[in-house]
Amino acid sequence: MFCMRSAFLLTATLLTACSSWQPEPWVKPYERQMLADPIMRFDRDPVSSSYLHHVYESREGARGALGSGGGGCGCN
Amino acid sequence: MALSEAGAAAVAAIRQLCLPRLWHWSWLCLCLSVWLMPFTPSAQASTLPEERADALYHRYEGDGVVIDGPSLLVRKNFKETVSVSANYYVDNVSSASIDVITSGASEYSEQREEVSVSADYLYGKSIFSAGYTNSEESDYTADTFFVGVSQDFFGDLTNISLGYARGDDEVLQNGNADFAEDIERHSYRLGISQVMAPNLLLALNYEVITDEGYLNNPYRVYRFLADPLDPSQGFQQETEVYPETRTSDSASLKLLYHLPWRASLGANYRYFTDDWGIEAHTGQVGYSHAFGPHWVVDLKYRYYQQSAADFYSDLFQFAAQDDKDFRARDKELSDMSSQTLSLYLSYERPLSFRGMDRASVTLQYDRILLEYDNFSDLRDTEALPGEERLFDMNADVIKLLFTLWY
Repeated sequence: MFCMRSAFLLTATLLTACSSWQPEPWVKPYERQMLADPIMRFDRDPVSSSYLHHVYESREGARGALGSGGGGCGCN
Repeated sequence: MALSEAGAAAVAAIRQLCLPRLWHWSWLCLCLSVWLMPFTPSAQASTLPEERADALYHRYEGDGVVIDGPSLLVRKNFKETVSVSANYYVDNVSSASIDVITSGASEYSEQREEVSVSADYLYGKSIFSAGYTNSEESDYTADTFFVGVSQDFFGDLTNISLGYARGDDEVLQNGNADFAEDIERHSYRLGISQVMAPNLLLALNYEVITDEGYLNNPYRVYRFLADPLDPSQGFQQETEVYPETRTSDSASLKLLYHLPWRASLGANYRYFTDDWGIEAHTGQVGYSHAFGPHWVVDLKYRYYQQSAADFYSDLFQFAAQDDKDFRARDKELSDMSSQTLSLYLSYERPLSFRGMDRASVTLQYDRILLEYDNFSDLRDTEALPGEERLFDMNADVIKLLFTLWY
């Protein structure tokens, strides 16, 4: 239990410290043209990808780590 | 096998180091600490999601099941710090699936409605999110609340997000007014997205989900031999017996690479394991190609494979002895694999009409092939129990999406 609390507090402290640390970005703002292209989005159409995730979760045993949520079954 | 062991070891290491057991206070403590981050100095702000309206028509057809309906999403931002969204979703279900047919039931129709609302608040480099989803159908109700926070780091090249969701479901059974059971769900998410290079993005996601309650499908049955010594005597069926808890871990890695021309290559991998004994691997590759300023074509291939749950069997020798003698014959818990081939076509153009920015129309087609390694097709009535042909199915998914940005 103590180790668990310590690990979380240490993680939180590190994350907080990281948020105020501003290192020199290795990809400059003027180099981000390609990253701004819509075809570089992991999820261009959230509505349709959320729907497809629901289809998979109804037909397969695995779930999670896809960045979507929701309820209901629709799987009988 | 090596990949499987490596994935299992990675998840075990993450659980050992970070989540040997999920106490709510620990997670909330971490979330609170992250919520304090915005009060540290920040040089550049994050941005809220774009204002948009989506109208989607979706249709799924496979194995005697047709599900279609609309999904409408509207997102509106206020004062550049608050974004709210609302989604209305409908499934119109008409089902004569193998589960319905072989259980002796007749084709049925029903409707599922889902309403979601969410809000995001931007403060410096952080976005705080909260939302609620309600799903209603004649024999199932689900309510889900979620909270989350995401924060940019390292010159906005890194984004870390944390999320927690709680779901309360009510399971009913049509035709049995005395049946009502509950499920409580908790989900804990950690996500990291990283700019690796001017043309390469990486995202890592990890999620733990715990369920407690009535996890069966009340309509589904398992089967066992009427006489274990003589299969020719046929089989009998009983309602499935499931554990009342389930905990799963899943971890995913996504990569997206911009090619020298206006096209991108994507690759995803997800490893999944749970305490029911299911282990699954999901891999996907995709290629997106822009034709001129308006057209984009996406090609994707997805492969999924899973092992069966410990208490799954296509044909048991005996009936369950008690409520701890778990029995399932859900094909979703069997040894199975699926493949999906997707082709998406999108057309987008600017708009200069009453504050509108641009609009797009997208047609998406997915062909899903599902193969089951130990789930028999019980419509093969000529064969002895356990010797029926294996079941497989195809499904076609069509989505037509209209999007307006403003």
